[in-house]
Amino acid sequence: MLGVCGPWQALSLVSFVVLIFLSALRVNADTLEGRLAPCLACHGANGQSTIPEVPSLGGQPAFYLTIQLLMFREKLWVVEPMNQMMQGLKDDDLRSMAAYLAKLRPPEPADGSIDPVRMERARTLIEQHRCNFCHGRDYSGEQNVPRLAGQREDYLVKALREYKNNTRRGYEASMADVLYLISDEQILDLAYFLSRLR
Amino acid sequence: MITRSLIPQNLLLAGTLATLLVVPPAFAQQEGDKPAAQPAAPSVAPEASKPMPIQQPEPTTVPGRPDIPNAEVAKQLRNVAPLPFGAPEDKLPVSQLKLPKGFKVEVYASGIPNARSLRLGDKGTVFVSNRLLDKVYAIVDKNGKRETKVIASGLDRPNGLAFHKGTLYIAEGTKISKLEMIEDNLDNPPKPVVIYSDFLNHQSHGWKFMALGPDNKLYVNVGSPCNICEPPETNGQIRRINLDGSGAEVAARGVRNSVGFDWHPVTKELYFTDNGRDWLSEDLPEDELNRVTKIGQHFGFPYCHQGNFTDREMGWGRSCDEFEKPVALLGPHSAALGMRFYTGKMFPSQYQNAIFIARHGSWNRTKKIGGDVIVVKLNKDGSVKSQDPFLTGFLQNNEYSGRPVDVQVLKDGSLLVSDDHAGAVYRVTYGSTKVAAR
Repeated sequence: MLGVCGPWQALSLVSFVVLIFLSALRVNADTLEGRLAPCLACHGANGQSTIPEVPSLGGQPAFYLTIQLLMFREKLWVVEPMNQMMQGLKDDDLRSMAAYLAKLRPPEPADGSIDPVRMERARTLIEQHRCNFCHGRDYSGEQNVPRLAGQREDYLVKALREYKNNTRRGYEASMADVLYLISDEQILDLAYFLSRLR
Repeated sequence: MITRSLIPQNLLLAGTLATLLVVPPAFAQQEGDKPAAQPAAPSVAPEASKPMPIQQPEPTTVPGRPDIPNAEVAKQLRNVAPLPFGAPEDKLPVSQLKLPKGFKVEVYASGIPNARSLRLGDKGTVFVSNRLLDKVYAIVDKNGKRETKVIASGLDRPNGLAFHKGTLYIAEGTKISKLEMIEDNLDNPPKPVVIYSDFLNHQSHGWKFMALGPDNKLYVNVGSPCNICEPPETNGQIRRINLDGSGAEVAARGVRNSVGFDWHPVTKELYFTDNGRDWLSEDLPEDELNRVTKIGQHFGFPYCHQGNFTDREMGWGRSCDEFEKPVALLGPHSAALGMRFYTGKMFPSQYQNAIFIARHGSWNRTKKIGGDVIVVKLNKDGSVKSQDPFLTGFLQNNEYSGRPVDVQVLKDGSLLVSDDHAGAVYRVTYGSTKVAAR
């Protein structure tokens, strides 16, 4: 089961799944569903990812998703297999894929315990850095700003660390501005909090 | 607020805890107009409780933190994302643009997503850069018929462009490279050759503006890697470098992020725009127009803003008298970016040696301002005489249909304006100048 796999095992499994579905892609590339099948194999057919460090896409704003797909296609953000999977797609393909994914159900919050101390620490940080100004008071995102509520905790940690160390490009540089002053311990608290929100 | 009756009995304790955790004090006070509407916090140890949906309360202004507004206001302060694919030509906002009497505006080129800096080649090629995307474009005008070509791609935030004797210099996030003899090889451009790479890699203000000085050196902005912070010694400056990448030195320091500069045609002094910090207030600080009268001067960041007040975090123990003051204030959060002195012959004489400044337009402000081109006229001594709107109309009903980034005077004296939102370049002409065929 994926849930008990380490990230690396999961990664090789992902590559395998991707390979299988890439062949399927060639057959069904003319339909939107066919095109999305390999995406959903990793990101979760119901919008909720069960694979470590692979984000849930359900309920993400369509504009945000379009921009991410564009950045993968143009290799502005280098992450395989995403760059490869977006090659050859037209602007309208990106738009329609994003629109479809945006309509999937938002992910369920993380299972497990809630540590009130950590939640409170994160809430203070969020107030200080105004995360909810852009991500929304329910962290559902809007336009170019992603939904954070219920996102995978390990993915949030990864994304925040990448913004912090300048290895992930945002479309705009807002996240790098914010992360400049946030420590790794604080990143862990933020991800803990956000993944537990509905 | 969590409605108790909707919560299963076994989650009541957890619900109380969660409510206490997520409701800001102000909310509790508003509800009951009492110091604490909630019972005193239970003195239970913060033990792990079962997960449950966490309802977010209506944010309100937090007592003692007037900088945290309510949700509706907060929403209007988020960054404005440019259209990722640009806009088709028939959707460009030309018909709603306004200019002083006698001026006209037309579309010069469209379909250039994220069109940023403009630079003119010796043979009339107009180069256009990207910031969010990876390309540099060339617009070639052959007998009034214009063609746009990609001359470099796969670059890292190639925002800065400079041109000198046939060579185009490109400033990326962490390096400067050059394309020699570019105008003779637009269809088969050479690969960029790196001449300088002594830059830190940072996303925040990591893109660069670049221009060729009258001393034939490349001047490049090295922005502050944050909104407000003590920048590393290597940042928060405008640097100048010889054309072969040698001899780097600081031309101006205390610069938060300059995305536009040019030299006075007569005095040869460097003037630059600088973007003020975010999240201080709706109306403060204003962006600056600065003048460098001596190489290496300090312009105040992060201690002093707009020459007259110290930062609320970084300014303690400092005084604005320690730093150079701006020659003009260009509006709060207005994002004053590209600027050029006007030396063309087409516009009326009052515009001679005036500065055109592209204001990208605010994001960190509820009532947006900017999204226009202004004209700043100077006195003989180099001080500012006046500041007026020039090209307006991109901002309507608090929304942008386009956002000016840079300006460039063409040989015929007309003025180009780039727009990174709609992905276009416009051309402003004066008088009975024939609008060029497309």
